[in-house]
Amino acid sequence: MNVGILYSRIRKDEKLLLSELRDRDHEVTKIDVRKQTFDISEAPAAFADLDIVVDRCLATSRSLYATQFFEAYGIPVVNSHETADICADKVKNSLALEKAGVPTPATKVAFTKETAMEAIEDFGYPCVLKPVVGSWGRLMAKIDSESAAEAILEHKATLGHYEHKVFYIQEFVEKPGRDIRVLAVDGEPIAGMVRSSDHWITNAAKGAETDVFEPDEEALELVERASDAVGGGLLGIDLMETDDGYTVHEVNHTVEFKALDEAVETDIAGTVVDWLEEKAKAADPDLEVTA
Amino acid sequence: MTECVECGAEVSLHDDLEVGEIIDCTTCGAELEVVDTEPPVLEQAPELEEDWGE
Ligand SMILES: [Zn+2]
Repeated sequence: MNVGILYSRIRKDEKLLLSELRDRDHEVTKIDVRKQTFDISEAPAAFADLDIVVDRCLATSRSLYATQFFEAYGIPVVNSHETADICADKVKNSLALEKAGVPTPATKVAFTKETAMEAIEDFGYPCVLKPVVGSWGRLMAKIDSESAAEAILEHKATLGHYEHKVFYIQEFVEKPGRDIRVLAVDGEPIAGMVRSSDHWITNAAKGAETDVFEPDEEALELVERASDAVGGGLLGIDLMETDDGYTVHEVNHTVEFKALDEAVETDIAGTVVDWLEEKAKAADPDLEVTA
Repeated sequence: MTECVECGAEVSLHDDLEVGEIIDCTTCGAELEVVDTEPPVLEQAPELEEDWGE
């Protein structure tokens, strides 16, 4: 098959995918999103032979538009536009999880400093303020006191992009010093990792220690339901353990797996490519997916 | 081996270089983008224009 890799930067994750695809003798078309124009009625010639496209765009807006174009051109794209749209926005993400009955932290959204302050006081201290779009745990604030809340809200209102004027406020989940990331394809876990750190943001990009996580029954079920809730795809599902079981914080659609690849025995790129072959085959039953 | 476009130091490149890959110059720390592989051509990597990543 011919796999299009839509990208703006080739990271270790993309390299792992590219080498796995090439090892299996698939054709690979690298599509640098910065060099494309997308016509609303006609697919660019470069896309003519593609059997499936993997969106590895880093920038959210590019990802959201490009997936719409591929779907309009009738080319299967993973992750789908629906999934990207829900996952790129923490509000949509939370609503989707809640609607699907997936345990997720109590969350409130407010549009002004005053109402945000009310929501914060409602949760009590500490609580957490997050940007609605954002990555790698950046710009997240744990709010410990009223004076901290006032200062942060003031800064956001003054300095922020309009997206920072949507205040996303969440209960602070007391966790046993670690959180969990499960990489899954259409709800089927490929590998899991726990990240431990003394810091409250346990993000691999922020230097947390990692260990393998083997999902139990409850985690397996939640991963599947969380994946379904956002429309499926290649996803990173973030869970935490609480006294009442797991809570799903968010589902990531532009998932990085290099840290996981180093932490577990599983051949991650291989499993992802197996799944891509299945996806392409499902879209076109006549397609020969093995070389 | 090719030269860093920022500081001129030699940058050592691995074998499986990909167009679009970002390489850090170990001398000056600049982020360099691979724009060609045969032979390797590096350019200054573009700044991140918006929020990205997971
Ligand atoms: Zn340099």
